[in-house]
Amino acid sequence: MADDLFNSFMNGPDEQGRFGIFGGRFVSETLMPLILSLEEEYNRAKDDPSFWAEMRDLWTHYVGRPSPLYHAERLSAELGGAKIYMKRDELNHTGAHKVNNVLGQILLARRMGKTRIIAETGAGQHGVATATVCAKFGLKCVVYMGAHDVKRQAPNVFRMRLLGAEVIPVTSGRGTLKDAMNDALRDWVTNVRDTFYCIGTAAGPHPYPAMVRDFQSVIGKEVRWQLAEQEGEGRLPDTVIAAIGGGSNAIGLFHPFLDDPSVKIIGVEAGGKGVDDRIQHCASLTGGRPGVLHGNRTYLLQDEDGQIQEGYSISAGLDYPGIGPEHSWLHDTGRAEYVSITDKEALEAFQVSCRTEGIIPALEPSHALAHVMKIAPDLPSDHIIVMNMCGRGDKDVYTVAKHLGFDMSDTEEGRTFEE
Amino acid sequence: MTRIDAKFAELNAAGKKAFVTYVMAGDPDYDTSLEVVKGLPGAGVDIIELGLPFTDPMADGPTIQLAGQRALDGGMTLERTLQLAADFRKTDDTTPIVLMGYYNPIYNRGVDTFLADAKAAGIDGLIVVDLPPEEDEELCIPAQKAGLNFIRLATPTTDDARLPKVLQNTSGFVYYVSITGITGAAEAEAGDVGPEVARIKAATDLPIIVGFGINTPEKAEKIASVADGAVVGSAIVSQIASGKSTEEVLAFVKSLADGAHRG
Repeated sequence: MADDLFNSFMNGPDEQGRFGIFGGRFVSETLMPLILSLEEEYNRAKDDPSFWAEMRDLWTHYVGRPSPLYHAERLSAELGGAKIYMKRDELNHTGAHKVNNVLGQILLARRMGKTRIIAETGAGQHGVATATVCAKFGLKCVVYMGAHDVKRQAPNVFRMRLLGAEVIPVTSGRGTLKDAMNDALRDWVTNVRDTFYCIGTAAGPHPYPAMVRDFQSVIGKEVRWQLAEQEGEGRLPDTVIAAIGGGSNAIGLFHPFLDDPSVKIIGVEAGGKGVDDRIQHCASLTGGRPGVLHGNRTYLLQDEDGQIQEGYSISAGLDYPGIGPEHSWLHDTGRAEYVSITDKEALEAFQVSCRTEGIIPALEPSHALAHVMKIAPDLPSDHIIVMNMCGRGDKDVYTVAKHLGFDMSDTEEGRTFEE
Repeated sequence: MTRIDAKFAELNAAGKKAFVTYVMAGDPDYDTSLEVVKGLPGAGVDIIELGLPFTDPMADGPTIQLAGQRALDGGMTLERTLQLAADFRKTDDTTPIVLMGYYNPIYNRGVDTFLADAKAAGIDGLIVVDLPPEEDEELCIPAQKAGLNFIRLATPTTDDARLPKVLQNTSGFVYYVSITGITGAAEAEAGDVGPEVARIKAATDLPIIVGFGINTPEKAEKIASVADGAVVGSAIVSQIASGKSTEEVLAFVKSLADGAHRG
């Protein structure tokens, strides 16, 4: 465990953009100069107080930060064990943690003089956040979204269009999030002069994983002082838990605690219909192995030949066959533990949160909550768990209704929903 | 000296430009693809780029994406791609084969195992799109040690400051990507390409071959005239996709080869 600066878990990545063997810059030569100049610009911004002053101002007045750290009293009582806190990032403007990162990247794009922003999106949350911030700054915004997801997430597609973004349905490959990322990269390689690629998670070529982590770390940093305020000076959480698709909300919560050995760190992957050979899940760490995709080396779902496989999850936001490289490293070093939760368990947790706390969670944090429900009953009442409530569930009510057998097809909203 | 070096020496002696073609291994199926590859040298092809299918070809346009999908759907793998090269070698021991693709299938196989197998199959060089010089330790340096050429892409975004880094561990030839974009998209303009090739030539003795956006005999001629050769990929892959017979595909290749050789 880290006990001095040289053994810190917080120093990564190295100059090659590596966390151990993970990360790196596996991109075509056309993009390499762009990535180097982004790294240079980010390093300048990181040490520039005026950059962070602008971020803080926007976080406060535009996003609504700090998000509350909320003691879930009834849930804690019902589970009868640990004391459970929820970090309420679902209360952010646009309804999820995504906007924390988008603001940072768009400010960088502005500093670099880029006028056109591209993004990939799965469920549409990152697309909506990007379209939102682009509208605020008057930037052209193009969002790549798998054709399959465009159908599943019609309300978010309409939101993005209202916000002035162009949504391009991706039909290449199988038309999912990974294909949307491929097409965004293809756009970037074509429009190198004016375009900034705003990646939605802590993955991709260096410096994206580190940069996105730094922007999302506001989550964990707030938890540190908020918990101290509520529980007494110096009190740290005993366990922090977050859901993981690419892993940006999770690394944002985890990173500020990596060098606190007393804090147990648990990432929750999407187990879909169960982690086995049928690959009906998105658990890259528990069901995949290291490979190279989308600019970084990380754990991937892939077949024997190294071809990338499609994941499956009830939650479109976790539906990605890879994971951010820092998580792969934290997994291999043992600093963090990674588990998986099935669709069924997440749906159960979704309902428990609604019923006990009056909070309708997104399906992504419902996975984290499901793991909280598994471990909390066996922990003492002075054990503090902080889970990241990283998104709200409005976007998911149709999916949940369908799984619970509730017919919404006659409602006005239901008619716009295709499955 | 690899087959690639020997080929350029031969072309130089004859005062000819190189004509290079790309086809996807296993597209639309193993046997048809092998038949096409076997016919390429007779149609005037100097160097064969053999595409290694991958699910996520981020630098390729729709034509080559779909070719890769057809190949994968037909059960193509890295192992069978090397087998195809080996089958070709049974009938041709001089035409260089450059394997072109993405890193993951190679990494997944294990770099040392892959290099030994590729060498044994008669592969002469590698173009791996997602391995820039910053990642040379991964495959580039081991490949050179194993006696394979590692051919680098130089692009319009590779400026003078970066060019030496791109050229440093390159061998065989330099592949100049004529456009910013994906394969089979925009059209290359000889007027833009000429000065870029001259810029790279000033920094290396290696031949400069230009690819991306070349789709007709006229274009092949124009581009070849300002470089050491031209590559055609998507235009040939399109012919295969449209169900043309091997004879028709090879006749088209011949017309392109004649164009390039006039250049």
